[in-house]
Amino acid sequence: MLRLADDCFVLSHRLAEWSSRAPTLEEDVALTNIALDLLGQARRLYEHAARLDGTGRSEDEYVFMRDERDFVNCLLVEQENGDFATTIVRELLFSTYQLGLCGALRESADATLAAVAAKAHTEVTYHVSHARQWTVRLGDGTAESHIRTQTALDALWPYTHELFESDDVTPSLVADGVAAAPAALMPEWSASIGTVLAEATLERPETTWAPSGGRRGLHTERFGYMLAEMQHLHRAHPGARW
Amino acid sequence: MDGAALEREFKALIEADSRIEPRDWMPDEYRKTLVRQISQHAHSEIIGMQPEGNWITRAPSLRRKAILMAKVQDEAGHGLYLYCAAETLGVERAELIDLLNAGKQKYSSIFNYPTLTWADVGAIGWLVDGAAITNQIPLTRCSYGPYARAMVRVCKEESFHQRQGFELLYALSRGTPEQHAMAQDAVDRWWWPSVMMFGPPDGESVHTEQSMAWRIKRFSNDELRQRFVDMTVPQAEMLGLTLPDPQIRWNEDRGHYDFGECDWDELRRVIAGDGPCNRQRLAHHVQAHEEGAWVREAAAAHARKHAATASAAA
Repeated sequence: MLRLADDCFVLSHRLAEWSSRAPTLEEDVALTNIALDLLGQARRLYEHAARLDGTGRSEDEYVFMRDERDFVNCLLVEQENGDFATTIVRELLFSTYQLGLCGALRESADATLAAVAAKAHTEVTYHVSHARQWTVRLGDGTAESHIRTQTALDALWPYTHELFESDDVTPSLVADGVAAAPAALMPEWSASIGTVLAEATLERPETTWAPSGGRRGLHTERFGYMLAEMQHLHRAHPGARW
Repeated sequence: MDGAALEREFKALIEADSRIEPRDWMPDEYRKTLVRQISQHAHSEIIGMQPEGNWITRAPSLRRKAILMAKVQDEAGHGLYLYCAAETLGVERAELIDLLNAGKQKYSSIFNYPTLTWADVGAIGWLVDGAAITNQIPLTRCSYGPYARAMVRVCKEESFHQRQGFELLYALSRGTPEQHAMAQDAVDRWWWPSVMMFGPPDGESVHTEQSMAWRIKRFSNDELRQRFVDMTVPQAEMLGLTLPDPQIRWNEDRGHYDFGECDWDELRRVIAGDGPCNRQRLAHHVQAHEEGAWVREAAAAHARKHAATASAAA
């Protein structure tokens, strides 16, 4: 549960960093919309996680009071925004995965999770469509936009392996009908990405490097800076209400 | 119809308090005045995203973060409606943005002040948006139809913004002593610049008289300023915060609050370009615009290819 919540939260934070910096006003509005959807999903998931882990923690305790090693988001979502192509490719790779995941979780034995997934599925459908349209425009736009988009794809592709990994806790959750088997989401993801890459005249990267560790709290160096910026005000006033 | 007849018809519409629409004849000066005012208003919404956006990544709770993101997004939306309203007068958004980036069109000088603490987000909502609403409510009855209609929606959203600012400061003012001090400091810094948002005193305002005759503007700068002070003083009392003007007191005879004189030299300095953040705000906007150029070019190139393919297939 916390993995999903952290994925949504961290990507929301990254997208919100675009505010007042997007290439057009329409995109400023769109990126913030997606960030707000993801933030809403994260908040519902943290609330549910607090009931499940029995701590009764608030959403703010999860976000502002945990340290880097306690966050279990995947490495893909914490990657920095880079240029617009990097942000769009990250969005494409993640939202396509998230759409399959939400689709599967609508059938979860955990009724709350199923409800959150059903609502998220509608939102993520739009995120996927936004990312696909831009991937095609940029991939099949100008020579410069093509190079930038291919470069972004090459840089981010290795981080997609982690999305489909299983670990010790996954099999029992899958067996109980709560979670979706990550590897089972791979074929549809791969096919969906394949069609958009073809339309965008982009090459699917070949790579053997498959960085991992986010689910165990092993993050990239830049992630610490993101948390430092995000958490400092909340932590500077212990116990204060905002 | 000859020029004189067109002008008579225009004046008759204004006198009857009707709306002038894009297809109607209008004097060149009326058009120029509206382009200047609407584009300056649009630019203010866009530049205004920066000071508050400065706190999105540091908002101290998820609830506040979501509210702030939505608010800054609303401002981008207001900028969009307003650029569209300006486009009905025969100018393009791209050329207006170029004029802004070249320093040839202005935006509200209030956004040339920095947001130094979280409480500044509240002070902007309460005071700056409060002053903006005071200015904009009469604009919903402005003689130019597209501008008046854009203002209806903008004012609804601005009134949410003002309430969220008030509520943010209310929480701080009743929070820890450090939070209370943060709120008071923000109000100390934002009060006078907000009072000056209504522009120079009536005697020095160059555009007011003509704009009022054309019913673009309904009230003078000083009338609106008084209205803002009258609205805000009781709210400050509810917040438990002090406005930094010892001359504020109720005047029974006038039925209004008296208040002190603004530092008009400061306003002139900031408008002339020497406020704390003028250079920073414009540089940020120019940089984002330049960094986005290749994206806009790619979208245009893709659309051309797509159109060519579609017409070849037809």
